[in-house]
Amino acid sequence: MKSGWLYALAVAVLVLVAYGAHVATLDARSAKPELDLARSQTTSGGLYVAAIEPEVADVKQGVLHSWVLTVKTADGQPVDDARVAIDGGMPEHNHGLPTSPRMTEYLGNGRYRIEGVKFSMSGRWELRFDISAAPGSDSVTFNLVL
Amino acid sequence: MDGRTVWLAMAVLVSAAALSGCSGETFTDEEKATIALLSLASLPPLPPDPTNKYADDPAAAALGATLFFDQRMSIDGVVACGTCHLIDKQFQDDLPRGKGVGTTDRRTMPLAGVAWGPWFFWDGRRDSLWAQALTPLEEQREHGGTRAFYAHFVAENFNERYQRIFGPLPDLSSVPEQAGPFGTDAEKAAWATMTPEQQDDVNRVFSNLGKGIAAFERSIAPQETRFDRFAGAIAAGTEPSEDAALTDEEIAGLKLFIGKANCSTCHTGPRLTDDSFHNTGVPVVAGLPEDLGRETGAKEVAADPFNCLGKFSDAGPEACGELRFMVKDDPRLTRAYKPPSLRGAATRPPYMHAGQFATLEEVVDHYSRAPAAPSGQSELHPLNLSERERQQLIAFVKTLSN
Repeated sequence: MKSGWLYALAVAVLVLVAYGAHVATLDARSAKPELDLARSQTTSGGLYVAAIEPEVADVKQGVLHSWVLTVKTADGQPVDDARVAIDGGMPEHNHGLPTSPRMTEYLGNGRYRIEGVKFSMSGRWELRFDISAAPGSDSVTFNLVL
Repeated sequence: MDGRTVWLAMAVLVSAAALSGCSGETFTDEEKATIALLSLASLPPLPPDPTNKYADDPAAAALGATLFFDQRMSIDGVVACGTCHLIDKQFQDDLPRGKGVGTTDRRTMPLAGVAWGPWFFWDGRRDSLWAQALTPLEEQREHGGTRAFYAHFVAENFNERYQRIFGPLPDLSSVPEQAGPFGTDAEKAAWATMTPEQQDDVNRVFSNLGKGIAAFERSIAPQETRFDRFAGAIAAGTEPSEDAALTDEEIAGLKLFIGKANCSTCHTGPRLTDDSFHNTGVPVVAGLPEDLGRETGAKEVAADPFNCLGKFSDAGPEACGELRFMVKDDPRLTRAYKPPSLRGAATRPPYMHAGQFATLEEVVDHYSRAPAAPSGQSELHPLNLSERERQQLIAFVKTLSN
């Protein structure tokens, strides 16, 4: 009798372990490549180092908010008088931003206020900045997950 | 069966019981997060309306409620806001297109939760609830009056109540009975003869009427549904039971809604709308004028003298972010419409901006087939839903109605 229970228990444990391994394999297979969520990036042509930071502590879905974009040269000098255009969207849903954010103010020391950003749903968003200043034109794309 | 086989069978049963939680009945953490977002529990408090300083004034709301149901607020004396926004029908009228003095080109929208959104009408052609309320009053097929007519009407019928809330009424003695920028040729001509000061006086009274009506409409909030009780139990980690329970079919529909069917891409958040504009390839209605949706709506709201940036708004430009940063010139706006809230949708056919679909079955069929848009580009991709999946989706949408 006792050996019967042990046998049943052993089989049950084996089944569960096998299932666990199966699930783990599935998870590993479905795992997406690591997304670069860095808030500071070198622009694609290497002209600038751009960093973004939200002006609110908590970025909420569906609410307008502002960001500060800091632009420096590769050797760390703040960039003045830049023209900044903003674009973006959700690549997985093939749609753009629900608003048209703009650079509205130069805050000094290479810092620019970007107003009118809204994320209308949760998920992965891209924010792309086209930056033009004395050193030239370059762009940078940030990934954000809401 | 020998002893060993019995034990083996028991082992399989034990394992199956342990794994039963992993069947289709449970949700992943990601699904749970999405369900929580759709739940009424995540609805924020009623947002302030800085464009309307009377938005939370009870006296303004009371006058607004009176005006909302007053049929004298129309050219023929039989059309009130409440004629199309029926109080016992979720503040809509069950018709493909609203009927006031004449028949309009669009489906009447329900009002529950309307004050939480940044854009009004299917195409977002107004950016505040009070500016929205003014528009049908001057539309010839809706209330059919002019702003001069409404100013006189209030001065004659609600003089004391008006002045107690909004301050002194201007002298309207030399203002024509009927005059406005959108009326008949005679009414437009009469408006053009008025001095800018007279026009300003009338616009001020007219905008205050809208602000009163908006103050009333702000009180119309979404109601808790069976889905919300279910979502509450899921969030709390308890077993949904009794009036919080969903059937297997409804749960399967919920999983489709937030998964394969992509419904929650646009029908998101506790009001089941993303407050944005989307072309979903909805067919045109034969005989109606060309309707370009948000493409026209964005231009109209930018030009509206009663918008957030206009002189009758009580807000400074810092409160007008939605208008200042709206998408204006973009091919995506062509035939794009605002996703309506799906709360209560199951009990208020017909569907779409001109009542194109009579049943939820037709709606789901449209989304499953994803036909090309009459103009612009549809955002949909074919879902090829099975008959069973269609029924599951519909069963879920019904849990959003009481």
